[in-house]
Amino acid sequence: MFLNSEFKTSLKKNLRLSNLVPQLLLIFFFFFVIYFFANNAQLNMKARNMNSGFDFLGTNSGFDIQFSLIDYDGSSSYGRAYLVGLLNTLLVAFFGIFFATIIGFIIGVSRLSSNWIINKLSLIYVELFRNLPLILQIFFWYFTVLRSLPSTEKSLIIFNFLIINLQGFYIPKFIFTNSHYIIYGIAFTLLTIFLIKYYAKKMFYEHAKVIPVFKISLLLIILFPLIFSLIGGVSINVEYPKLVKNFGIFNYLGGVKLIPEFLALVFSLSLYTSAFIAENVRAGILAVNKGQKEAAKSLGFNNSQSLNLIVIPQALRVIIPPTTNQYLNLTKNSSLAAAIGYPDLTGAFAGTALSQTGKAIEIIFIVMMTYLTISLLISLILNWYNKKIALVER
Amino acid sequence: MKKITTNSFAILAFVATFIFATFSANANQTRENVIKRGSLNCGVSQGVPGFSNADASGKWTGIDVDFCRAVAAAILGDANKVKFTPLSAKDRFEVLKAGDIDVLARNTTWTLSRDGGLALDFIGTNFYDGQGFMVRKAANINSAKKLNNVKVCVETGTTTELNLRDYFKANKLKYEPVAFTKSDEAVAAYDSGRCDVYTTDKSGLAANRTKTKNPADHIILPETISKEPLGPVVRGNDENWANITRWTLNVMIEAEELGITKANVDTLKSTDNPAIKRLLGLEGETGKNLSLSNEWSYNIIKQVGNYGESYEANVGTKTPVGLGRGLNQLWTKGGILYSPPVR
Repeated sequence: MFLNSEFKTSLKKNLRLSNLVPQLLLIFFFFFVIYFFANNAQLNMKARNMNSGFDFLGTNSGFDIQFSLIDYDGSSSYGRAYLVGLLNTLLVAFFGIFFATIIGFIIGVSRLSSNWIINKLSLIYVELFRNLPLILQIFFWYFTVLRSLPSTEKSLIIFNFLIINLQGFYIPKFIFTNSHYIIYGIAFTLLTIFLIKYYAKKMFYEHAKVIPVFKISLLLIILFPLIFSLIGGVSINVEYPKLVKNFGIFNYLGGVKLIPEFLALVFSLSLYTSAFIAENVRAGILAVNKGQKEAAKSLGFNNSQSLNLIVIPQALRVIIPPTTNQYLNLTKNSSLAAAIGYPDLTGAFAGTALSQTGKAIEIIFIVMMTYLTISLLISLILNWYNKKIALVER
Repeated sequence: MKKITTNSFAILAFVATFIFATFSANANQTRENVIKRGSLNCGVSQGVPGFSNADASGKWTGIDVDFCRAVAAAILGDANKVKFTPLSAKDRFEVLKAGDIDVLARNTTWTLSRDGGLALDFIGTNFYDGQGFMVRKAANINSAKKLNNVKVCVETGTTTELNLRDYFKANKLKYEPVAFTKSDEAVAAYDSGRCDVYTTDKSGLAANRTKTKNPADHIILPETISKEPLGPVVRGNDENWANITRWTLNVMIEAEELGITKANVDTLKSTDNPAIKRLLGLEGETGKNLSLSNEWSYNIIKQVGNYGESYEANVGTKTPVGLGRGLNQLWTKGGILYSPPVR
């Protein structure tokens, strides 16, 4: 509200005639610059007989991509290649954000630990990972760590579950039959939790009784889907990766394969970003007045109640805005994928597709718009969340 | 929120127009620009031994490099007035279109879509090549037909990448491409074991095998899966410039056919053979037709040599790359090198 009223007054002041002329000139100049460059580009492209347009998106690409979440091969269109790149970008961003957040919170809390070793180790972690350039960290993981793994025929096999070699990590694939019953189970659980929460709130305000909602929910989210699976006859087939030999070449087929390029990116992006998030978390917790904790104690809150009900909600207000920036950074930094050959939006579309079609302007424009949209969506979601937890002034 | 979006749009529009602007370069006067500048800007590879490769002291050698030197000799009379710009396969055409280089001599395959769709001109072929595969000896494979369920390292943005798909599709074999922007990265990835197969043009395979830790551990499979006529490229809007570069290459081929070499070019100046006299600019007006001095062809041969000399010095059997002439032999000797008459 405050910002809004300030904006209105400044607009009113700006609309006075004496101020109007320079502003109009500025607008005119701005559009002139845009017109100049656009016109220049158009004339030059015409002079070079360069055809432009987005028709190429419908024609078939002719190249394969090594890692794709959707069906794709060389007979698919450039439009689909774009989709493959976009999904690969989102996949890296999702896992990067997920791990960066978890590691960041753990390290951030550890930074405040009274245990000297934990405290100093997390300090070393933060200073190490946030002070080395990201591209170097990506190269470190990709060229140094993942390239020194054993070859396929000499793979490390951990508990018959994880297979590690130079060409990637392999895990078994779980294939569910009648999997829709699990979804029913989850839906039913969520509904129940919602009702319990409502009931708990009522009990708390009317009868001052505390119901351990979290513990009950945890139990239900395991129990209900299990019961539903039994009723629906859900069975799990496990597809293990199998070692196949073709002359002297070994290969694991089947299962879920994680390529080294993906792993290197997720490792480096989450470690790098988690160092920044850790500092945000530390700052957020330190920002909560000591008196708040003492007040909670004197009201008879136990340690976890004071942390969950008093400290964390207040700390989050400080943590969320800078962490939004880190999420945006991580997403944009994922475009460094091109440096190690992970087929993301930048590598597969702004790289391969661009050089195969020569449509530089169109493709760069599409890719810029896409990153802009992803970034704006992330900040939209986090702004909404931030508003939800913000201090309500009365 | 609304304010942020409009601002971002404005910034975006501005940035986009900047990219448009990089395409501005003057048409039809590449020759004048080179003369004014006093040097030729030539786009080459980031290091393919035999084609374009810089040694430790920064000296470039290779048949593509020799072509650039020949163009500089023809226009400026000095084969050393060349500035080399190493380019990735992915960036090469954009840099040429933007006008940052005058000619691209970067083992580039001549195709219809590049010639027509990219508004570029391929001026000839200085190496007839074809795509092949390299595998480890330990893989115990002697034919490309036996490649199945393999990981293939490849350079992105190339015809190689497209042929690779065509080959495996046509033969109903399975593979996974691992694409890199630099050929060095693709070779290193293959050498480390990330891929089972490395693919590029056969000349490139021979050249890049010398870069592996132990070249004797690798073999090149016999199959050639594509036609790869490699040649220099110029922008499509400058006819005079296309002619100068085209006939520079032709002069080198014609010189070999007529037996003119770096060593004997001065003594042959006193010959009675009219074809040699024409080629050396002692008769006729070959230079004038290209808006060059009549010394242009003499300078090429004197300073760089004929095609055969360049071939043997850079990729021939006595070099580490070690390629026989094969298709790149004169038409009179069983190959397909054939220059239109220089007259």
